[in-house]
This record gives sequence, structure tokens and C-alpha cells, in this order.
Amino acid sequence: MSSVAGKTPNIDFDRRNLDWYIDKLVQFLVFIGGISAIVFVIGIFIFITIEGFGFLLEGFSFKEFFLSPYWEPSDEDAPEFGILALVAGTASVTGLAMLVAIPFSLGAAIYVGEFATGKTREYLKILVELLAAIPSVVWGFIGLSIMNPLIIDLFDVPVGLNVLNAGVILGLMAAPIMTSIAEDALKAVPDRYREAAEALGATRWQVIFKTVIPAAKNGLLGAVLLGVGRGFGETMAVLMATGHAVNIPGSVFDSVRALTATIAAELGETAVGSEHYQALFTIGIFLFLITFVINLTADLIVRGIRKQ
Amino acid sequence: MVETLEQPDAAAETDSVTGDEAMPESRAVKLGVRDLSISYGGVAALRDVSLDVYENEIFGVIGPANAGKTSFLKTLNLMDSFNSNMQVEGDIEFNGRNIRAIKNVYGLRSRIGVVFPLPVGLPLTIYENVALSPRLRGIKDKQELDIIVERSLTRAALWDEVKDRLDSLGSLLSGGQQQRLTIARALSQDPELLILDEFSIAVDPVTTMRIEDVLKELKSEMTIILVTNLVQQARRLANRTAFFLEGECVEIGVTEELFSGSVKDQRTRDYVEGKFG
Repeated sequence: MSSVAGKTPNIDFDRRNLDWYIDKLVQFLVFIGGISAIVFVIGIFIFITIEGFGFLLEGFSFKEFFLSPYWEPSDEDAPEFGILALVAGTASVTGLAMLVAIPFSLGAAIYVGEFATGKTREYLKILVELLAAIPSVVWGFIGLSIMNPLIIDLFDVPVGLNVLNAGVILGLMAAPIMTSIAEDALKAVPDRYREAAEALGATRWQVIFKTVIPAAKNGLLGAVLLGVGRGFGETMAVLMATGHAVNIPGSVFDSVRALTATIAAELGETAVGSEHYQALFTIGIFLFLITFVINLTADLIVRGIRKQ
Repeated sequence: MVETLEQPDAAAETDSVTGDEAMPESRAVKLGVRDLSISYGGVAALRDVSLDVYENEIFGVIGPANAGKTSFLKTLNLMDSFNSNMQVEGDIEFNGRNIRAIKNVYGLRSRIGVVFPLPVGLPLTIYENVALSPRLRGIKDKQELDIIVERSLTRAALWDEVKDRLDSLGSLLSGGQQQRLTIARALSQDPELLILDEFSIAVDPVTTMRIEDVLKELKSEMTIILVTNLVQQARRLANRTAFFLEGECVEIGVTEELFSGSVKDQRTRDYVEGKFG
């Protein structure tokens, strides 16, 4: 036994060495980084709730807020805070955006993920990510200066800033990120599924349609929901392209106003603590809850695929 | 077609153990391989392999890892066309037709059933897993599909275990069940040639024996190529066996002869006796 002990290096088993302290420090720093996300989310929620709280307690009428189409906060005699038209504006623009974005992004994801090879695939992926990084104000500018006259010319309507314009702009904006996530979902499908279907004599399209898409359907749904979340939350491009008119749209050529754009446009002009100011924050709470639910659903769905 | 083929097989079955040398010559060639060479980016995986697989026999392919067994299989149903890195030379004839000149690749693949080393339960229901191939062929009639599904699952010795839950996901079955599901899916194609690539790798011994029994029965209806790294499995099942080693087809012979020591090459004797590999 003594000979064995003699060969082991001289280690003091009763003292922690420097490695232990470095390890603990790194753990702590990483923990702070991780926990900060939760702190910020909760902090923001508390902040907007406090700011909007006075309105919720006093001026708030559930019926008026959700069911009145009149958003007339500056009316001196009887200000009205109905967000129905704003919700309709946001929903119609987002809905149209999805009609544009879903075929685009799924098509792009299937091409990039399943058909493109080598350099083409790499370049396309980089371009798609680049497209996702274009600032929303640039998209809004395109809506104002290109889409607006184009819609007026093509459809012979008086105003080109409307649901159609914002929907197309928002759809093109959301498509790259949706493409990226949908492509990840397709890539997560193991190649042995493709091989197995191919061995049965399936064509490429049959392989994709009958096995790859069913296998990736949760991830694809997650991609769509993230696009919807993006649509609800987008502000600048929507502000610039919708026409910003409080209106329940009867057609895609009607101007509308979005929830987010309302906050962005009006918050700077209201007195801090006024009823109008608090009502805007109540919209904020409402938006926060909607995006939270959409993102949570998307997350749960995406998590669902990982488990399989 | 099946009925005409049953006669010669019954004869083959009786003398397969004795290994009549003249027997193979008289039988129809299902698959003819001539001077097949495969390389990946200039690195040879298989060199100048020539062999014939006869109708209604189980043709075993044995050999250690990197022998080129799987590469060999991939060329048989043109699965190599998706790997641009893989270069194939030589001729492969299926029913006398050069498959590399065939235009309807999907048609060829639908005649050849493949079972991969790891079970592949597609993320569809058990029923849809088996009905996929008939559906691809254009069969829409529910009753017809029901019959194919039941028959394929029964032949793969899986029907009794899954008949009450055909609507649950195929990918949730156990490994051994998934492998039999894979076999059922291959059988739903009604293939002329069934290729099995080390099917027992992820399967327990009991299931392996059940599948082996299934294969013995299937031999009367189709030709089977069995690639295996278990030499005893080849001995139990194969009529004739080829020994692959490092990209070379060392020897082809009647299985029982290879195992009883009448080999031409010393390496074959060493391998079947377990001295390496």
C-alpha cells in the first residue's frame, strides 16, 4: 500500500483548489445571464401593468374597451377607448400577412431544405437570414413609396395605404424567419425516413408530402405561429403601410390602424398618467398577453417535436 | 407468377443442404452483377464484384465492417443516385434488364423491398406505414388496403400484436416491433426481391428468430438478399453465401460448403470460423 501511495501526486483532499472557485464563479455568471430573461419579462409585465392600472380601475369598461369600434381618446367631452377597430386592423393585416407568408416560407423551406444542394443551399440560407435582418422601417418605407403607388395604379383605388399593402409587407417580413424555422423543422426529420420512403418507390415529392411534412408538422406549425406573433407585434412597418385610420375594414383596400401602431404614434403626445396614457398601457397589457400566449403555444408545439 | 415459381423452389429446398453444384446453373438469374465497382470520392469501397442471385433463393452476404456490403445494396435499387459522392461502375441486371439504363427508377424501387439495419417506423400510424406503398401505387380502395395491411403484417409476424391499435404511431413501437413493421412495409410492395441489411442489429434474439422463420417462408414467393454480420445467421438461412472483405468479393459458394470447410480461400475459412471480423 505504501508503494501505491508513494506514486500518487501530493493532493490535499481537505482543501478546495482554484478550479473549484472558478467553476462556481462561472456557474454564477451563467445563472445571472439565464435568470435575467425571466427578470426582464416579469419586470416589463409589472411595469406596463402599473402604468395601465389606474385606467383598469377607474375608466375601464370591459364592454367599451373590447366592443366599441371608437378609439377617440382626445375627444374632450366624452373620450372613448374602444379597441375593436384596432384589433380588427391588427388581425386583418396579420391574417393577410400569413396568407402571403405561409406559401412563400414553406415553399422556400422545402426548396432550401430538400432540393437545393451544395453552394446553392448555402447561399440561399445566408440570403434568407439576411432578409430576416432588414429593419422594419425599411419595409415600411417600401410600403409607403413602392407599394402605395403600385396599389393605386393596379386596383384603381384612392389610397394605397391599406390592409393589402401592410399585409403583403408584413408577410414578406415574416417569411424569412418562418422559412428559417420551417427549414430547421424539415432538417430535424431523420434521413432514414426519406430513404425508407424512397426505397418504397416514392418520388421526391411523394417523399416530402407523405413522410417529411407529416414528420415535421409540429415544427412547421410552430414556424407559422411565430410568424403570427411577429405580425401582432410588428409596429413600424404596419404604422407606415396601413394608413393609420381607425376603421373596421370591409375590404383589403380599406385603411386600418394596428394596436401596436396606436401606442407608438400616441404615447409621445399624451400626458404621463392621464387616462389616455393609461389606456395605451392597457393596450400594451393586452398585446403582451396575446404575444405571450402565441409564443407559448409555438414553444410548446416545437417542444412537442423534440420529444418524439 | 408466384404459382409457376413454387415448383422449382420446392425442389431447391430439399437439396439446398447438400449443395448440389449443378443446381444453381439450371436456375433463373434474378439479379446479375457484372464487374461492379463503387468508390466514394476516389476511395474504392467495392472492387470488381460479379455474382448472380437466383430466383427464390436466400442469398447471404457476410463480411466484417467496411467490406462494402451496404454500398453494394445501395446500388441494387439505385439509392446511390442521391449521393453525388458515390461513383458506380459495372452492370447490374434485374430480370435481365440493366437497371442503370432504366428510366422509371420509382417503378424499379417499387419491385424491390428494402429493410434497413435500424428499424424505420415512419411517423405515421401503423396502418399508414404499411398502406403507404400500395397508396403510392395508386390503390385507394379501403377494403383492398385493409387486406394488404392485414396480410403484410401477418406475414411479418406482427399482426397479432398490433391489430387492436393500428391507429397508433408506428414510430412508438418497440425496436423489434418496428423492425417487423419495416418488413411488413417492404412486403406490402409485393416485391420480387427483398433486401435485408443487417436487420437484426437492433432486434432482440427472440424477434430475430421470428423474423428468420418469416424469411424462410417468404423464400417461396420472392428472392431474398440477406446481408448480415452474423455468420451463423447466414448459415441458418442462406442457400448460397458471398463473403465480402475490404471491398472484395472473396468467395461465393453454397452456404453449407463454406461452413463445412470446403473453401477456396483461406480468409473465408478464418472468417466463418471466427478467427477475425
